[in-house]
Amino acid sequence: MPTVIQIIFGLIAALIVGAAVMVVMVRNVIHAALWLIACFFGVGALYLLLEAEFLAVVQVLVYVGAISILILFAIMLTRQVTGEGVRQLVGGWRLWLISAISLLLFAAVIVPTVATHPWTITAPPGPPGTPEPLAGVAELGRGFVYEFLLQFQVAGILLTVALIGAIVIAFEERARRRRVLTLAEEYELRKRLAQRPGSDTPAGEALPAPRAAPISEGESQR
Amino acid sequence: MTSAIPLEAVLVVAGALFCIGLFGALSRRNMVGILMGVELMLNAVNINLVAFWRYLEPRYISGQTFAIFIICVAAAEAAVGLAMVIAIYRNWLTVNADTVDSLKG
Repeated sequence: MPTVIQIIFGLIAALIVGAAVMVVMVRNVIHAALWLIACFFGVGALYLLLEAEFLAVVQVLVYVGAISILILFAIMLTRQVTGEGVRQLVGGWRLWLISAISLLLFAAVIVPTVATHPWTITAPPGPPGTPEPLAGVAELGRGFVYEFLLQFQVAGILLTVALIGAIVIAFEERARRRRVLTLAEEYELRKRLAQRPGSDTPAGEALPAPRAAPISEGESQR
Repeated sequence: MTSAIPLEAVLVVAGALFCIGLFGALSRRNMVGILMGVELMLNAVNINLVAFWRYLEPRYISGQTFAIFIICVAAAEAAVGLAMVIAIYRNWLTVNADTVDSLKG
């Protein structure tokens, strides 16, 4: 049984680290996002292995379900500049400096610290073989309504503020540049344009075209 | 489970994930790529929290609660960050973080 768990852990660790390396190395950003989804799944599997079932479900729901889709949408909305041929990493000495910082942080700080620190792992009480007392979903839910009630509410406020902020940030320019006419205004405009002497174009085409979204601009540039 | 895998193995996996995420966040030129690196780093921190909860304090819920709050903040960060990427793209027609330097003196 321990061997099986070790093999599973090795596979999950290889999946996490390999997918993460592909996320930062691959040239196509869409492929990077897909590798990111694989990495999130690996982390969720690791939570399952660590017996945090609720967190595994939350990981799949939030990261795989929501954040990956957000990232994919952002890539697609900005897609003509995230193409295959564009250089994706910084160049020159900066890349070497960043690689050195990351490798040194891992090899010289994290691994020695983790290896030399004396962890005090308490053995489970009772005779060996008895299941450990483990905080489950019931304790977690009780904690959210008793012990961590304030933090829970603050997290809810944070999510609401982030939602409103995201909408305001992403829609600001559009609201300023493009004004949606009411039906009465549009009718008046069409009537005025049709009555204008010398205009032989149909009224519908003479309307000021609404500002095209950046995507269609990019498509017309191609 | 805790006897089969040492705590150090989980921590080393999380450390590797964190360093890869740091490399990605610093070296990518695409702003969405930078956000992906930040997400990797947040995931590494979450793995650390869950591992410490499982090995050191399995009877208390603080570790899992902290991890859930981090997931919550990460979701908010991703939403606002990607909204900013889209807003910057509308204004500058680029998602390259190096060219958006109007605050540079």
